[in-house]
Formats: sequence, structure tokens, C-alpha cells
Amino acid sequence: MVETNEKVIVCKNMVKRFGSFVADDNLTFDVYKGEIFGFLGANGAGKTTAIRILCGLLEPTSGDISVAGCDVYKQTEQLKRRIGYMSQRFSLYEDLTVYENIRFYGGIYGMDAKVRRQKTDDMLEKLGIADQKNRLVASMPLGWKQKLAFSLAILHDPQIVFLDEPTGGVDPVTRRQFWNLIYEAVEKGITVFVTTHYMDEAEYCDRVSIMNNGRIEALDTPQRLKKLYQAENMDEVFLKIAR
Amino acid sequence: MKTLLYILQKEFIQVFRNKGMLPIIFVLPIVQMMVLVFAATYDLKRVDIAIVDNDLSATSRQLVSKIQGNPFFKISGSSQNRGDANYALIDNSADLALIIPQNTGKKIGNNGAAPVQIIVNAINGNSAQLSTAYLSGIISAFNSNLMIEKGGKVPGVISGEGISARYWFNEDLNYRIYMAPGILVVLVTVIGLFLGGMNLVREKEIGTIEQINVTPIKKWQFLLGKLMPFLIIGLFDLGLGLTLARIAFGMPVTGSLLFLFSVAAIYLVVVLALGLLMSTISQTQQQVTFVAYFSMMIFVLMSGLFTPVESMPQWAQTVNYLNPLYYFVLIMRSVTLKGAGFVDLWPKIAALAGYAVLFMSLAINRYRKTV
Repeated sequence: MVETNEKVIVCKNMVKRFGSFVADDNLTFDVYKGEIFGFLGANGAGKTTAIRILCGLLEPTSGDISVAGCDVYKQTEQLKRRIGYMSQRFSLYEDLTVYENIRFYGGIYGMDAKVRRQKTDDMLEKLGIADQKNRLVASMPLGWKQKLAFSLAILHDPQIVFLDEPTGGVDPVTRRQFWNLIYEAVEKGITVFVTTHYMDEAEYCDRVSIMNNGRIEALDTPQRLKKLYQAENMDEVFLKIAR
Repeated sequence: MKTLLYILQKEFIQVFRNKGMLPIIFVLPIVQMMVLVFAATYDLKRVDIAIVDNDLSATSRQLVSKIQGNPFFKISGSSQNRGDANYALIDNSADLALIIPQNTGKKIGNNGAAPVQIIVNAINGNSAQLSTAYLSGIISAFNSNLMIEKGGKVPGVISGEGISARYWFNEDLNYRIYMAPGILVVLVTVIGLFLGGMNLVREKEIGTIEQINVTPIKKWQFLLGKLMPFLIIGLFDLGLGLTLARIAFGMPVTGSLLFLFSVAAIYLVVVLALGLLMSTISQTQQQVTFVAYFSMMIFVLMSGLFTPVESMPQWAQTVNYLNPLYYFVLIMRSVTLKGAGFVDLWPKIAALAGYAVLFMSLAINRYRKTV
């Protein structure tokens, strides 16, 4: 792991209210360059709201937040050039082929055609689907789609990639392969911000925060959290916090 | 600029890969031209008339045979009982009834005036007036004949035979040629108002729009990508519709085709932008369809397509200045039938161009890259 002291996300007192409902209650945390930051919490804990704010998709009610050096209130368009995002809902175009999807996303980030072609070849090679590039995405198995979606989210070499429950609904083998892709991205210096429900995945993170009812209840490395809560694994830690 | 090309490439691939698109592109114009134009007619071809002849004189028989000889009327029933005529009007077997009272022949023989009665089914006021006018015409011609037969002179009036009317722009008074340009406007409107907006909302439903919103795509680029494919489909369908109208009922395009298509492109931007504006405030395809359908009905009914705008109340005529269909129906008819050009129509074209800019700006402004 590349550990530095350079902060890529600085989040101070993030609050998001929807009417009288407080989705995110005073979240404060930093994310360092090159780390895998796990963002854990039960359904409805406020994870997706927070991730949307960090991606510039949603304006926070209050708080000082900067992502990749951009202010999330004013510099959202600049911010979007520097981040990648893969949402819970599957986000590739099913009626386009693998190649057409890559060409589209590469194109809208203003990537040079030559560079894009090279990257496309490398990527398809790595995913082992070089022979499938003219296949419609709709006809591919879910695991492939998710790996492809992740590769597309980091195609333009973002500083940070946000993954919102990226491995929902896939088998353990594919999940393992998916995490290998994440490690490769980290090697290239990309910071990974990931939400998940799977506690074994939490063990793969450098640091995890655990949210409950809109608040961050714990934030540390998995080892320290296990020690602190006197738990054998992250599953127990999570249950103790979320109850 | 390059970004826009990638967006357009993606949209065109998706639109033309969609198997539902082909029938829309080809079936829609054919059905509209071949069915709607024939159905939307006010031409009166045949009127059923019930005759109640209580006189049964030579004179009354002469009158009846005049009516019988007119291709416009078909005698659907004759009786001596006026109750039969009432029934005929109620059950729609007759559109109007002529009642000739007893002693009509005798009165005329004595040089007196003999009243007859015409009863008309006036549910449709327009056709009621028209058929009454036709029947009155037959009766007054009959009267003139009577006078001449009796050796009297017809008072000096303008005789129908002396006037020769020339009908401009639609010499045969062909109703289909009048309706076809208007129906083409509806065709172009359906494509513009529905397809672009529904396409955008579909991305909301599937969720791909969220991915778009985290990219640096500009709002205008995204909306232009949604607009262009349907602009081209709309122009293509207009061409197809004009060709069909030409083949099927000889509708001419008297004016410049290039001019017609240029104005059509402006109009398509207006309706497409309006559809996109509706889609930015809708979450589902049902919502946007409902709003578009509702607005289209109002636009069409007020546009002057079926009924002359000049006969509408003043407030409706004023409201019509907000109705893009009003302008385009007028422009289409003027260009195809009269051969009007830019000089004749520029205020209307300017209004359309203004709406194109306004609606597109509103759509871009209303589109949110945040959720």
C-alpha cells in the first residue's frame, strides 16, 4: 500500500438534511492518497448520501468538504474530471457493445483517440475479454459487467474512485477478482473509496469507517477496530456497533 | 466540441439500434397520411333526407324529383306522416327532413305563398348549415322555374349563371389537400414532443444518467445529443409524409422545399426542446408521456388545424400566440398550397425561432446534474 500524508478528501462536519430527516449528521474524516477507505454501515445509514455529496451529485446542507482539491459546493465540474464513480445501479449502456461503451466514456473525458485505443486494448486484455469487445453489454454476465464498469470508472486516471456497493450480487470468486482490480488501481496511485455490505471485504481495506443512523461511530484500521471492540473479525465489530 | 461528437455518436447508435424505432419512423407517417387525412374531412358528400309529402300534388312531386335528381341528397324515406321524419332524425337514418303541408300545390296555383318546413339535425352545426343551404338552393331554383313557367319574370337579380367564381390555391376545393399539411404538422409534433423527452427519462429510469452526471459532460451537450437524432428523424418523416401526400392525393408543394424543411427544423427544435423541458421535471416515462399528450391535445385543437382560428373567441386567438403549432400549421399550409416564402412568413418564423431559443434555454437551465 502506498501510504502518504497527502489528503485527497477532507470532510469536516458534513451535514445533509432532507426536510426534518438528517441523513448525514456531522461527518468528519480524511482520506489519504493511495489508501483503500472502506465506508461501512447498514442500509439507510447515510452512506450513499455521503458518497453522492463527495462526487458532486448532491449539495450538502453544511460542512467544509473538499475532494481532490475541489470544493464540493462550487467546483463540482472540475471535481468530476478528477474522480471516477461506480454506482449501485449498473451504469453501463446495455444497448451498446463493450467497445462502444469504452469509446463513449473515453470520449467524453476528452481522451486522445490514440491513447484511448491503447488503453482499451490493455484493459480488455487484462479482463480477458479482448474477443468480446463487439458484444452487447446486455448479454454479458453480471460479474463481467461489474469488472468492466470498474475499469471504465478509472479509464481516465482519476485521483479517487468512488465505489458504491460494487460487488452486490456476485459470487465470491468474482468478488475476489474484482478486489484484485482494486489493488491494481491502488498500485497506480488511485485512491479507492468503497462502500460494502460484505465484512470480509472490510478486511481488505486500509481503514474503515462504520456508520450508524447518519453518524460515524468508528474509524480506524480493521486490526485496531477488532482490538478495540474485542472482536474476532469485522463482522462482530459491525454487529457491536450497529446492533 | 469533440465531446459533443462522442455524445452524438452514442445517441445515434442507440436510437437506430432500438428495434421499436423502425415502426415509429415508417408506420407513423403512413398511418397519419392514409387514415387521418381521409377521416378529418368536413366535405359533405351525401346527405340523407326524409320527405314528408302531405300534399301529393304535381307541384310537390316536382319538387321531390328535383331533390332526388341532386347528387348531394339521398332520399332515405318518404311518408305522409311527420312522425316518421322525427324518428328518422333521431335514429340518424336522415340528416334533415322536408315537410310539404297539404294544399301546397293549390296555394301555388292560386299565386299564393306556400310554406314548407325543413327540420335539420344540428348536432354538428357546420354540416347542418351547409345541408340547409343546399336544400334552400334547390327550393329557390324551383321557385324561379315556377315563376318563369307562369310567364312572370324573375326580378332583376344577380343570376348564378352570370358569376364564375375562381377558387385560388385549392382549385378543386379538395379538403384532403387542405388537411394533409396540417396532419403533417401533427406528425412532426408527435415525434418532437414525445421521442426526445422519453429518451432522456429512460436514462433516468435505468440509472445511467447518474453516471453521466458524474462526468464533466456539459448540460447543453447532453441535451443536444438527445435532440439531434429526433430532429433528423422528424425531417425524414416530413419528407416521407410529403411524398405520400403527393402520391396519394396529389398534394402540391408550391413553395420552396428547402425553405419548408428549414422552417420545419426550427419547429422541431421548439417541440423537442419542449419535450426535453418536460422530461427534466419528470421522473418516469409515464409522467412525461402524460404531460406531453395533454399539451399536444390542447396545442392541436387550438392550432387552427381543424377549426379556423379566426372563429375562436378573442382570448383563444391571443393564447394561440403561445402555441407553436398555430404558427407551423399556418406556415405549412401557406408554403405547400400558396407557395409563400420567407418574405410573407417571417414574423411567424421569428416567433418560432424565439420559442426554440427560449425552450432550449429553459430545458438546459432546468436540467440538473445533481439529484
